[in-house]
Amino acid sequence: MYGKGLRALTLATFAAMTATFALVFFYAPLDADQGFIQKIFYVHVPVAIVTLIAYVLGAVFAALHLRTRDRKWDLRSYVVIHIALIFNVLGLLTGAIWAKASWGHWWVWDEPTLVSYLIVFLLFATYQPLRFSIEDPERQARYASVFAIMAGAFVPLNFIAVRAASAYVHPRVLATSEGGMPGEMAFTFLIAIIAMTLLFALLCSYEIAAKQTRWQLRALRRRVLGGEAVAPRGRSAAPALDGPPSRGGGSAPRTARNPAEAPS
Amino acid sequence: MRPSVALLRKDLLLERRAPESIPAMLLFSITTFVLFHFALGRDQVEGQLAAGVLVVTLLFAAILGINRLFVSEQEEGGFDGVLLAPIDRTALLIAKGAALFLFLTLVEVVAVAAFALLLLGPSPWPALPGLLVILVLLNLALATVGTLVSALAIRTRARDLIVPMVALPLLVPALIGAARGAAPLFAAGGAEALPTKWLAVLALYDLVFGLLAYAVFDFLLED
Repeated sequence: MYGKGLRALTLATFAAMTATFALVFFYAPLDADQGFIQKIFYVHVPVAIVTLIAYVLGAVFAALHLRTRDRKWDLRSYVVIHIALIFNVLGLLTGAIWAKASWGHWWVWDEPTLVSYLIVFLLFATYQPLRFSIEDPERQARYASVFAIMAGAFVPLNFIAVRAASAYVHPRVLATSEGGMPGEMAFTFLIAIIAMTLLFALLCSYEIAAKQTRWQLRALRRRVLGGEAVAPRGRSAAPALDGPPSRGGGSAPRTARNPAEAPS
Repeated sequence: MRPSVALLRKDLLLERRAPESIPAMLLFSITTFVLFHFALGRDQVEGQLAAGVLVVTLLFAAILGINRLFVSEQEEGGFDGVLLAPIDRTALLIAKGAALFLFLTLVEVVAVAAFALLLLGPSPWPALPGLLVILVLLNLALATVGTLVSALAIRTRARDLIVPMVALPLLVPALIGAARGAAPLFAAGGAEALPTKWLAVLALYDLVFGLLAYAVFDFLLED
């Protein structure tokens, strides 16, 4: 019952990735300046763009979680940030390789996009430790959502500040003032962004389906074998989807509200 | 507004009866200046270096205060008191933010003087008005973000680890604004004009996180 449309999404992602790499290697022209190494641009930039959008999306899902109190939004926020963090590492690595190849250093401080990308990584890297250090699943979800909203708002703010702080800004590859990229490059780049977005969506869908299936399996086991047969949930940074042992549903709503807790 | 004032008075009274955060932050700042003297191998600093030393020291000193901000609430049941009282929960945010702001201001009065005596090369007097503006904006940023992070971390298992891990990256834009903004004030040839670009960055940061803190603080106080 979970993972509807996963097969179609998988095939679409596979096709888009294949098309991207075919275009990158056989269609897009060599950069006059940087030569072959410039092709990493078709991986690095889409990865970076998808990462930053995903962080903001994680904040939107977190806000929806705080509004609706529906655990599914917390799960989505968690998964989106989780996969975005992996993309972030990938983006930093490809960025470092590109910097080494074209500027001669593994790291350059006067490239504001790269620097703010690192700071955003340092902030979001604390998302999992924060979740892990809160045991109560309900509070964990709530606090993680507050953090995700703060961090999501931080992404554009940080970019503005870091960009203002760099002494000179490198010419943008996408700069429109000087005419920008030739058509073949722009087309390849567009396909690369679509492919990377599909890959991101696919990974998120797989993780969500896996988490839901695992909790569904726990609930079924509990119903068939009894509450004692299933080990209690250990400490985890991942969102909990099942209710207390006696209920055994897929995604249980919150229970027993504290009397001191007025709905705000 | 009255609940905020009452809560703020409680915090100030606590700090006066049993001084904890302010002396710690102050000693930490002065010790850090001594450490910088040896680490940098310089008797006097000026320009960007001076601004960086001052702002980073204040930032780390603030982390000490942020760590302690909600400890009395957590240990003595202050959270329950606020939740049981018929007041808006934002009152606690305002009171705690104001308390942190005042603590930081008091610390800076002494720490900046100590910095001028111990490390600063050029005369501090021409820099003072500009520095005042920057420090007010920086304190606002530290107070809002600090209150949020402190409330976020207080009921986790690893409070003292979570606070610096979360707060330091979050405060990077504020540090950029304050350190770059204060640099021309400490220029070797006498204070230069205050760059408005950095004041704008700091003010934008204060505004965004102020609104954000107002929007999400309630959710940290629900149980």
